[in-house]
Amino acid sequence: MFTSQIFASILPEILILVLGVLILIVEPFWKEDQRRNAGWLTAGGLFAAIIISLLFGQPGEPVSVLGGMIRFDWLGFFFKILFMFAGAATALLLMDHETAGQRGEAYVLLLASLLGMNLMAVSSDLIMLYLAIETASIPLYILAGFLLADDRSTEAGFKYLLFGTLASTIMLYGFSLLFGFTGTTDLQKIAEVLTAGTISPLLAFGVLALIIVGLGFKLAIVPFHFWAPDVYQGSPTPVAGFLSTASKAAGFAVVVRFFFVALPAFAPSWTLIFAALAAITMTVGNLLALTQTNIKRLLAYSSIAHAGYALIGVVAFSQLGAASVVFYLAAYIATNLLAFGAVMAFSRVTGLEDVTDYAGLSRRNPLMGLMMLAAFLSLAGMPPFGGFVAKVFVFAAGVQANYTWLVVVGIINSIIGVYYYLNVLKYVYLYRMEGENEEQHPVPLTRPYTIALVVLAIGVILVGTVFAPWFSWSDAAALNLF
Amino acid sequence: MNFPILSIITFLPFVAAVIMLVMPANRKTEVRGVALATAAIDLLLAGWMYAQYLLGDLTGYQFIETYNWLPALGITLKFGVDGMSAPLVLLTGIVMFTGVLISWGDDDKHVMSGIQDRPREFFAFLFLLAGGVFGVFVSLDLFMLFFFYEIAVFPMYLLIAIWGWVKTREYAAMKLTLYLFIGSVVALVGALAMYWTQYQNTGVLSFDMIQMESAGFSAAFQYAWFLPVFFGFAVLGGIWPFHNWSPDGHVAAPTAVSMFHAGVLMKLGAFAALRVGVMLLPEGAKQWSWLVMSFAGVAVVYGAYIAFVQTDMKYMIGFSSVSHMGLVVLGVSTLNHNGLVGAGVQMFSHGIMTALFFAITGMIYDRAHTRMIPELGGIAKVMPFATIGFIIGGLVSMGMPGFSGFIAEFPIFMGVWEEQWLLAVVASISIIITAAYIMINIRKVFFSPMPEKLEGHIGDVTVLDKVAIATLSFLMIVIGVFPAVMVPMVEKGVENILRLLGGS
Repeated sequence: MFTSQIFASILPEILILVLGVLILIVEPFWKEDQRRNAGWLTAGGLFAAIIISLLFGQPGEPVSVLGGMIRFDWLGFFFKILFMFAGAATALLLMDHETAGQRGEAYVLLLASLLGMNLMAVSSDLIMLYLAIETASIPLYILAGFLLADDRSTEAGFKYLLFGTLASTIMLYGFSLLFGFTGTTDLQKIAEVLTAGTISPLLAFGVLALIIVGLGFKLAIVPFHFWAPDVYQGSPTPVAGFLSTASKAAGFAVVVRFFFVALPAFAPSWTLIFAALAAITMTVGNLLALTQTNIKRLLAYSSIAHAGYALIGVVAFSQLGAASVVFYLAAYIATNLLAFGAVMAFSRVTGLEDVTDYAGLSRRNPLMGLMMLAAFLSLAGMPPFGGFVAKVFVFAAGVQANYTWLVVVGIINSIIGVYYYLNVLKYVYLYRMEGENEEQHPVPLTRPYTIALVVLAIGVILVGTVFAPWFSWSDAAALNLF
Repeated sequence: MNFPILSIITFLPFVAAVIMLVMPANRKTEVRGVALATAAIDLLLAGWMYAQYLLGDLTGYQFIETYNWLPALGITLKFGVDGMSAPLVLLTGIVMFTGVLISWGDDDKHVMSGIQDRPREFFAFLFLLAGGVFGVFVSLDLFMLFFFYEIAVFPMYLLIAIWGWVKTREYAAMKLTLYLFIGSVVALVGALAMYWTQYQNTGVLSFDMIQMESAGFSAAFQYAWFLPVFFGFAVLGGIWPFHNWSPDGHVAAPTAVSMFHAGVLMKLGAFAALRVGVMLLPEGAKQWSWLVMSFAGVAVVYGAYIAFVQTDMKYMIGFSSVSHMGLVVLGVSTLNHNGLVGAGVQMFSHGIMTALFFAITGMIYDRAHTRMIPELGGIAKVMPFATIGFIIGGLVSMGMPGFSGFIAEFPIFMGVWEEQWLLAVVASISIIITAAYIMINIRKVFFSPMPEKLEGHIGDVTVLDKVAIATLSFLMIVIGVFPAVMVPMVEKGVENILRLLGGS
């Protein structure tokens, strides 16, 4: 029976699908030089979809719909809103990309991937989960290799494809074992069977390991991170931004739901595994970021490190822990998109990507200087930007769960982070272009960039100052898990 | 609820910073006008608040404002001032106002005083810093205290790195930021531990510091967490052996930022260490007071001695700040009435004095292009007004009766004597050393014959500079002659601290 509740539960996905089809239909009728307008359509459509979903698609009490395939609750809903927000920002950033942005396919692929991510956030069944992950991944493989004339981009796409399929096969093997042991694919039923306790710890550990490998790839945590810097550097910058934010957050949505709902029985072992992974991820990510000279690689390693911080909330395995992960991701998505957006806007004009090339930016375009300031200070965890509050919340969850050692590791890492983030700002604000007058080399922002960057910057500051509404949403999301 | 004076004082600088950032970059004079107007309004409000507290004979926390910020975790935007923090709010207002005055910036190419390069960004970042500082002094919520504390840290990096002294600014700015950030995150872990322990003990989920005073932390918990919390904050107070960033930062910073840094920011560290470390973990404070006291004693004497051997005026003042802030921490560590009152007054007195020192040093540097004491001379002839200001500051620094320094330092030494007379004797050596370096400096820089190199290059200070010098000097004399304008107020703040310490 197709009730209104079922309709509400997949309302955002329906809207995304309609939007994608619409673009496919109208795009061929546009002239070559007008095709970038598909970006306006995508961004505007997603914005409308967010509004409509907020008005008509809000979940009530958590329910399973569509034969238990989908869980309609706040956790999924909040993540969907985040993904669509990230998608809209990415579409705007794509518009002025000289090759990728001029073709309607890029936007359709973006929407297809978004559809998969939305389903990842709500899947409560192993089969649905796997399908969603693949739906989200395959368009991203193509997008990463979208610049056919660019060898680096082709390499990025291919590398991402190979690593991605390998990881997802391993994860699928884990899923099949889990099904074999429990006789069901429904996450809640799996939890019931496992709690009854008939599986030997050793086997359980094996299953856990297989699944963590697959999801670890999505999260780009160490030691499953090797693809990330190359792929981020090679793919079109807006796609890299999307990969490092929405795609990573989708991975976290699955981790939170899968481990909190299906595997509470094994909590002692997986919290320990994740604690170790978090510590390694933060440390390796930050230490490698220290030595980077290319800003996209720097952001790639920094985004690896940030997955480590967010994992602290998963390790805490508590309501506050889950809420802090969700909050962290909300702050992180806005921040990192802002950083990638500024990088994209800069390299579009100058064609340069090294940290040293940013010398004198604050004189060449003061607004962009401020955007970089907001983004990098937020990444460093300084108020009044979102990164500060988000970090305090995950650390608070860690201390509450008696993982003080992990919090201390996190804190040492944030100190390393401050160093290299400030280093970038040093170029933006302090250094000057050698032997040039900066005023004669402006870095103009086109309209889509201005809109996207200003909205993101306001978002970063709003999350960091007026944090009550976001936190209560995150908390509502977490509440559904316990 | 009354007029929300504290939130206006705190948020006005932020609003002004945003307004300045959206103004066109080439309207330098208008930007400066906005800055000066904002600083003046904030100073008036802070003065009014202070006068109300003093004349109304108020006690305890006053002007309290509470806004629920995040009820789920017990975070409230709770503002209020007591006898300890009200003088510091006023101090911040004064330093902010005078800092804007001396940074006004003469666009005349010959003088090069103040800030000419991107004043819009300079004042915006300076005001973010000021807003953060106000926020820390008035916050009664531990989370918000941290929030504002961190806001006060990052603009320092930019202010020093962009407008600082070319030779050392990058190094000094990064060193300062890392020291302060490390200190604050260490304290943050302690704060989170306090938060959850309070929850376990009382079932209350709250960052409210007044509530935390009765959280019933066990003695073992307090012994363990006092040190990270106290020293984490005290790093910003320039406590020995974590003081190293501070003189480097002073030297590299532009004048107004040096004034802020020594005048207000170091108080931030001492104040937060007192409010969070001593007041929330009193048993820990009693347990470790010997350690804090000995570190502070070393700072007092060592800082004075190192200041004595400096040849760069800014380094000299920077190390003298370490010495004087050592006195503040020494006063706090006595945990008795006299010591704490002295510490409270010393925070204000040193803030004004050192702001004045840095302002005048900056004025000399702008004109002579050197701060090296051996290369200077005869400044008194060309800058008579600044000379008088410097001498008054020097007298305060030496602790002469009739000036605020005496009112502050005398009780500190009495307090130390009550606890450990030998340390009082040792620490008092610093007074002699201070007198020595201040007087040598005054003789050489201001009254010795002017080197030929400088002859004819140095003009007098501007009118705005004179206003700044006069304001600061006036305050030091007023407090020295009429201690009643501040001491009774600080005493009320101290009463509250002593109550928490168990009336010892």
